[in-house]
Amino acid sequence: MQEKGGPIVEIRNIYKSYRRGSQIVPVLEDITFDIGNGEFLALMGPSGSGKTTLLNLLAGIDKADSGSIRVGGVEITGLSETQLAGWRAANVGFIFQFYNLIPVLTAFENVELPLLLTGLSRKERREHAALALRSVNLSDRADHYPSQLSGGQQQRVAIARAIITDPAILVADEPTGDLDRHSAEEILDLMEGLVRQLGKTIIMVTHDPRAAGKAHVIRHLEKGVLSSDVHSETLL
Amino acid sequence: MFILKLFFKNAFRHKLRTSLTVLGITIAVLAFGILRTVVGAWYAGVEASSATRLVTRNAVSLVFFLPLSYKEKIRQVPGVTKVGYSDWFGGVYIEEKNFFPNFATDAKTAIDLFPEFMLPENQKVAFLRDRRGAVVGRKTAERFGWKIGDMVTLKGTIFPGDWEFVIRGIYRGAHKSTDETQFFFHWDYLNESLKKTAQYRADRVGWFLVGVKTPDVAPEVAVAIDKMFKNSLAETITETEKAFQLSFISMTEAIVIVIQLVSFIVIFIIMAVMANTMAMTVRERTGEYAIMKTLGFGGRHIGGLIFGESLVIAAVGSALGIALTFPIAKAFGDYLSQYFPIFIVARSTIYMDIAAGLIVATVASIFPIWRAATLRIADGLRRIG
Repeated sequence: MQEKGGPIVEIRNIYKSYRRGSQIVPVLEDITFDIGNGEFLALMGPSGSGKTTLLNLLAGIDKADSGSIRVGGVEITGLSETQLAGWRAANVGFIFQFYNLIPVLTAFENVELPLLLTGLSRKERREHAALALRSVNLSDRADHYPSQLSGGQQQRVAIARAIITDPAILVADEPTGDLDRHSAEEILDLMEGLVRQLGKTIIMVTHDPRAAGKAHVIRHLEKGVLSSDVHSETLL
Repeated sequence: MFILKLFFKNAFRHKLRTSLTVLGITIAVLAFGILRTVVGAWYAGVEASSATRLVTRNAVSLVFFLPLSYKEKIRQVPGVTKVGYSDWFGGVYIEEKNFFPNFATDAKTAIDLFPEFMLPENQKVAFLRDRRGAVVGRKTAERFGWKIGDMVTLKGTIFPGDWEFVIRGIYRGAHKSTDETQFFFHWDYLNESLKKTAQYRADRVGWFLVGVKTPDVAPEVAVAIDKMFKNSLAETITETEKAFQLSFISMTEAIVIVIQLVSFIVIFIIMAVMANTMAMTVRERTGEYAIMKTLGFGGRHIGGLIFGESLVIAAVGSALGIALTFPIAKAFGDYLSQYFPIFIVARSTIYMDIAAGLIVATVASIFPIWRAATLRIADGLRRIG
């Protein structure tokens, strides 16, 4: 998609506000920064600072009031809802705080779900899903339903689901927020491995400094404004 | 396969709620089917009527008689093949609740005019030979345990007295729609008695049954008969057997309309119940649909999932309702056979049941689909937390 090290995401002068009754509440103001290809970025900041909103904008699940977001050379602010759905399916994998697996589907079926949107045959889908589950060390839990899995296992299924379509970017909203320390470490190691071994770009929203410590770059948001205080591996 | 599995898994996620909704649909489809069958039973006589039979009756009302002498005049009308005549006897067997239709009829012609009443040749001969002989339908014979040779006494309501008959024949219907509850005896037997007891009623008949060569000559034959008796003491109205039967139904048309209306109201009510179930389901799964949208599923996909789920619930309910319609209609028909001699679940009723199920599934899912399809992902995700 993009040469490693060069920017895969280019964000320019993004503004976003919400209407609350008759009031307009600004959430993001003049956000401009780049995310390098293969970068593990942590977005930090207090509650209500606009982290999740920014993540949603980058992932194409919400629209900015103004500004430009280019991902892999595609200006996503100009895409229609239908185009965005197709773009997300091919380019973005999602990891959520509460895993958000479909409760009536097994771990295997949850992982297979995004492939229904592709032209793959049933056999190919099953091969891909088995591979993805193996990559998160959950082959032996393939037939288990989410309710039969621990939080850490559910999050690993969610990661397998996120990577099954081989997207360039993974967005993670508090991926360890609902996990104990041990499970959180496992998930973070897994994510780190995705960046290191598969060259994925990860954008992670977190409150947890330990989680952020795994990232290459940490950016802070304060009341919708990006702080100039950037920590990167080279700085740490 | 995956999607079909998902339809079923989603549909039965809340087992109690779905089971109750399925039960509601089953009862609604069953009620709809039975009510439609009742309406069909009301019109059974009309459906069974022949296009080559006309009925000539008194123009004033059916309760007024016509002179027997009209028979030969009607026979002369071009296109007429046979003329018979009948009277509604209105006899009661033991007590009034034992109702069945019974007629005094011109036996020889009646047998020829109603080929759908299948009578073995030996029984036919025995009936024609015996002045007090009677022919009864299979259902009525079974109902009262009558056999060939049995003596049966009917209490006259229109023609007072106890009337004795000997069962000489038991007919079977040639078609499913043939009424097998009727009872016929010789009009001559009635007339001879009337000559002694009520002279003014003798040599008069309730209506003439007119056989015509082909259905297309029926209108002109009817006009010719009525024209012949214009300005006489007993003017006539001649109509097809179907129109004659319909004239009876028109007397009770309001009841039929109410039954039809109720059958549709039942479907409308279950549609509202189903719509509520689907609305609750979609509201509960708002977060899930938002997740699916983030994965790239569009409004079309989500709408398909909701419709599929609605269809599964409606299909299971409808299938159960249709399956139960047959045994319940059979029990209902047996219990009320004296009022509804033909009580058959028509194929069109099953098609209407299926259509009702489809309409319920579709209408119930329209609003939930619209809500899910227009859901903004960010709003949906906020509900999860």
